[in-house]
Amino acid sequence: MSDSSKHNSPSRRQFLTGAAAAGAGAVAAGAAKAAGPDPLITEVQDWASSFGDGVDVTPYGLPIQFEQDVVRRNVEWLTADTISSINFTPIHALDGTITPQGCAFERHHSGAIEMRKEDYRLMINGLVDQELVFTYEDLERFPRENHVYFCECAANTGMEWAGAQLNGAQFTHGMIHNMEYTGVSLRTLLEEVGVKPEGKWIYVEGADASSNGRSIPMEKALDDVLVAFKANGEALRKEHGYPVRLVVPGWEGNMWIKWLRRIEVKDAPVESREETSKYTDNLANGIARKWTWVMDAKSIITSPSPQAPIKHGTGPLVITGLAWSGNGAITGVDVSVDGGKNWIEARLAAPGQDKAMTRFYLDHNWDGTEMFLQARAKDATGYVQPTKTQLRDVRGLNSIYHNNCIQTWWVKESGEAENVEVS
Amino acid sequence: MSKYHKLTVIASLMTLLAAPAYSETYGLGRPALPEEVAAWDLDVSPDGTGLPAGSGSVLDGEDIFAEQCAVCHGDFAEGVGNWPKLAGGAGTLDHEDPLKTVGSYWPYLSTTWDYVNRSMPFGNAQSLEPDEVYAIVAYILYSNDLVDEDFVLNKDNFLEVEMPNAGGFILDDRAEAEYVNFNDACMTNCKDSVEITMRALVLDVTPEETAAKSGTAAEDQVTEADAEQPVQEPVVETVALDPELVAKGAKAFKKCKACHQVGEGAKNRTGPILNGIIGATAGQVDGFKYSKPMMAAAESGLVWNEQELAAFLAKPKKYMKGTKMSFSGLKKEKDIAAILAYLQSVSQ
Repeated sequence: MSDSSKHNSPSRRQFLTGAAAAGAGAVAAGAAKAAGPDPLITEVQDWASSFGDGVDVTPYGLPIQFEQDVVRRNVEWLTADTISSINFTPIHALDGTITPQGCAFERHHSGAIEMRKEDYRLMINGLVDQELVFTYEDLERFPRENHVYFCECAANTGMEWAGAQLNGAQFTHGMIHNMEYTGVSLRTLLEEVGVKPEGKWIYVEGADASSNGRSIPMEKALDDVLVAFKANGEALRKEHGYPVRLVVPGWEGNMWIKWLRRIEVKDAPVESREETSKYTDNLANGIARKWTWVMDAKSIITSPSPQAPIKHGTGPLVITGLAWSGNGAITGVDVSVDGGKNWIEARLAAPGQDKAMTRFYLDHNWDGTEMFLQARAKDATGYVQPTKTQLRDVRGLNSIYHNNCIQTWWVKESGEAENVEVS
Repeated sequence: MSKYHKLTVIASLMTLLAAPAYSETYGLGRPALPEEVAAWDLDVSPDGTGLPAGSGSVLDGEDIFAEQCAVCHGDFAEGVGNWPKLAGGAGTLDHEDPLKTVGSYWPYLSTTWDYVNRSMPFGNAQSLEPDEVYAIVAYILYSNDLVDEDFVLNKDNFLEVEMPNAGGFILDDRAEAEYVNFNDACMTNCKDSVEITMRALVLDVTPEETAAKSGTAAEDQVTEADAEQPVQEPVVETVALDPELVAKGAKAFKKCKACHQVGEGAKNRTGPILNGIIGATAGQVDGFKYSKPMMAAAESGLVWNEQELAAFLAKPKKYMKGTKMSFSGLKKEKDIAAILAYLQSVSQ
């Protein structure tokens, strides 16, 4: 492939400008070989001489000013209005597995509402022995559980079906977050009201103007669904459903009803807007799959990537990313630097957990030649993350949702990376 | 959680042996009152369960749709800009870029009724009467050529309407169609060649990277806005406003809220912010992209005094051909007066 990257290089992008400059000097890699003494070491710096902030300056801290580019971003052309829209987690700039709430993606259909805990009510009605109303305080008195789960929008990577489109892991794979939830098992609440034998489904809805109702089969409702009120140890953010949201492990994010206000036990699904006109997957023949709830195994290299280019030149390079599966734990992740010809087993930072994110690393020695970086997740069911070609062969180009294909980053000799598709 | 379940099972066994006890439940919560269940349990199922009594005609629906829905969905349900199209698309589901509408895709009519009733109009949800919802749904069916113009939809004939794509869905078959084949973890020499077949930079649709605005910058903006307002004040005639009229205007303004914000912290949305609009020169809100006719009117000195604004609000498209404001207009003069009073009040 001819090197056409030079004149296509989007130098107007600050981050790539920085990368290109670093790339030029990268041949003489290694800060240790500095020409003279480093003034950051030899001269007394302000911070080593005077004071920083006192403990009363920041009662609740935000990231330091130097991290201001690590933020959620939206893609303006995707939706008509930001009130009914989505933004993306800056996964390219994060590490570990837990997503901080402040930069975890948001998706809502009538805006992020503000409701006080005191005004919160949860009704469980329908095919139950006793229809009940719970306050927030009531929920806090049931036995509590803690679990880490990923929440992925079914449309994550949905813009990439027809071809490589968005140039950054944040945009191609950022409709996801992974948090530690505290809450009450839905099973406990359903036992409290007493489900009648004919109750085969629950219908869950939110308190916002969209209500965004979804039907969930009783088997899942009694399995691992949580009614959560804390995430990563603190109250949910309003954009994630404060004060109470549903957590539906491994299943598409749209079912994780925020501002949860009602659970109705029913004998059949409601077939609401979000489970018929949306979140159904159109196949090439015009027939659509419905009830495609589970998010299949998927992985993404978060760095290097288009928003996180290599700036240090040749030598040691940490290739890292995330993997997850709605069908169980991640058992392994393979990484390819040659576009899928050969694969190397990456190192998992910790053993994979059920329906939660796994961080992987490949400690690589980069020789400065171009790479076609790919990652491939494997889960406890024996499933291996497919290529985009494999998915297209089954589904065509119009299914929008559930695109869990292997992603390719073309890392150029300059260290810049681009979203591409390869044969 | 299974551990807890076991405990309850054990506990209930113990109950049988050594009654009485209330070990299965925690006794938390209180019974839901019938009025409360009725207020929240509004969902409508495919078999019609949940539908209230009522009816609405295509003709009534046309008017209500024009007033309540057309601003986003277009007069003929064809959709404005990026807003959802509700009509058309028949026969496109197996084409490139299929058009999925109520007529071409939605399998159940109950879904439309339920969604319009509970989640629409955007920005003023749960404000429609059952008859209005029946009428809107009838009009959407009509715009999809599924019923005639004299059709009246009601609770009794609801299930008789045939949805063209009712049979267009299958249950998730990934286990059979995909999982059985997606298990190849080849490690070496898995393919002969790797060529680039598509590049994201060619399309160039990725948003620019911008850092978050620092708190100080946002504060500065507020200060600037505050500083600007006194300059405008002499232009605006301060009048004593009738609080009752202002309250009515606040209510009527709900129609405008889907696109316009007003007051402290207002931002441009589909329409520009309306702070200080009365007495202001047209087309002057920073950062809003006006239509060409609006910019031309602004250049020739259009000022939004009460007369001009009232004329615009009565029939926007007639007043200014080519305006981006695709709102059908306020029919009642009383509403116009009330909204003007309300806008006046939030600007003072």
